[in-house]
Amino acid sequence: MTDILNINHLVITPKKQPERCLVKAVSFALRAGQTTCIVGESGSGKSLTALSIMGLLSEQLQASGSIQFHGQELMSLDNQALQHIRGAKIGMIFQEPMTALNPVLTVGYQIGESLTAHLGLKGDALRAKVAHLLEMVGIPAGRANSYPDELSGGQRQRVMIAMSIACEPSLLIADEPTTALDVTVQAQILKLLDELKVRMNMAMLFITHDFGVVADIADHVLVMFRGEVVETGTKEEVLGNPKHPYTQALLACVPDAEGRKTLKPIDYSWLEASA
Amino acid sequence: MSEWILQANHLVKTYQQRSGKFGFSTTRVRALDDVSVRLQSGTTLAVVGESGSGKSTLARCLLQLHPLDEGEVLFAGQDLAKLDAASLRSVRKNLQMVFQDPFASLNPRMRVGELVGEGLLIHDMGSRTEQQRKVIAMLKRVGLGEADMQKYPHEFSGGQRQRIGIARALVLHPQVVVCDEPVSALDVSIQAQILLLLKELQQEMALSYIFISHDLRVVRHIADDIVVMHHGKVVEQGKVAEIYDQPQHDYTKQLLAAIPGKGAANGCA
Repeated sequence: MTDILNINHLVITPKKQPERCLVKAVSFALRAGQTTCIVGESGSGKSLTALSIMGLLSEQLQASGSIQFHGQELMSLDNQALQHIRGAKIGMIFQEPMTALNPVLTVGYQIGESLTAHLGLKGDALRAKVAHLLEMVGIPAGRANSYPDELSGGQRQRVMIAMSIACEPSLLIADEPTTALDVTVQAQILKLLDELKVRMNMAMLFITHDFGVVADIADHVLVMFRGEVVETGTKEEVLGNPKHPYTQALLACVPDAEGRKTLKPIDYSWLEASA
Repeated sequence: MSEWILQANHLVKTYQQRSGKFGFSTTRVRALDDVSVRLQSGTTLAVVGESGSGKSTLARCLLQLHPLDEGEVLFAGQDLAKLDAASLRSVRKNLQMVFQDPFASLNPRMRVGELVGEGLLIHDMGSRTEQQRKVIAMLKRVGLGEADMQKYPHEFSGGQRQRIGIARALVLHPQVVVCDEPVSALDVSIQAQILLLLKELQQEMALSYIFISHDLRVVRHIADDIVVMHHGKVVEQGKVAEIYDQPQHDYTKQLLAAIPGKGAANGCA
């Protein structure tokens, strides 16, 4: 079995309004060495899906269904058990490299935290591993003693990546990791993530709203709309030959760099037709 | 046809920045370093660059929201820096701005009707009923309704708020509108709607746009001419098609190569 993660019939609702589905019966599987992109607009439920895998949903929300990680059911684990998995076997990168790092701790310390917590590394062994990780993400090892504000946005996101892969997770969840970055930096970070995925044979779940990024990095694509997966397939299938009217309408809104296509406002007429 | 509605010549703007230990010493950063741009009437000039390139500083300096160190901004032939406060204010109704963040740029305590009508009030354009009528017409034109006048900004989505921001700028019938990243905070479906709206309004009201953006895909769809900025300097400028098809400067080439999905996305949609 090569499935790293298997999500079955995931439903997320607010605790106070259990009839209101924020995520409706989402099912998918992730494989080693493959990148799956969840793409959708704000409010489509893509980030909630990612957070539920980590058990990081807000107190006001509840999830049901099944999330199996290497065959182990995550939904039934308590917080303590989840802590052994989060950061160790599942890494996560967030959108804002400016706010996700602690400003009063050196980046080396922050990268080392999970190594100490999960693997018990200390002293010289820890320092050597942190230096190695920094070099893997393209930052000189000497920067371990720098504070986050001494680094650029792109470097901070590289530090975040170093933190997330420190314990060699088999699954990496990246929630809009390049949205806050300049395009040239974004291109570098996407390349780095893709290289690390291959090198460490990770499954990567990549959340984005940008179809250009999907075209660059995805193997598989899930398109979400109002809590539901409306279309799924390989990148070539979904981008090249979209079947669902929402995917088609959304792709028609995306400006292309060649300026060949005519932009269209989004068309929701299929919604009424299907209702 | 070369009628330049807005011309900026050799603009220089420096900021003082604290540096060294504890910020005891200061250095001057050149945010604009000898920048010259010109906008042809009825067209869109895009200013592209990455963060720190000086593109937003340029937008603000063009409207005299920041004082310049050197250089001149000519609007319809007159130098804006030489005008006194009263004449500058009256010229300003022809120069409007649409801001990036529709959540931060609208006063949360004002009703939409007041927000859109504020410019008319300040410039004392027409009677109260006439102002009211203009506000309603403008709101309808950008896709909102008369009933929305009584609402507050928080009752609207990001795309709707950007429509309010556009109505607020255009109700004065300006000649030049500076749009500072007007669609970068919006979802791609909403982004397309706003871009199309801006294009339609340009045709109807004979507007000239300065369009500040970091997204080269968006720029390709809206601009006629383009200025590429890097570290406060203009590195390349020209017609959109020329720059995209035959970029001369290395930095422009880098920017174009970094557009996500380039090549891969050609087959789709």
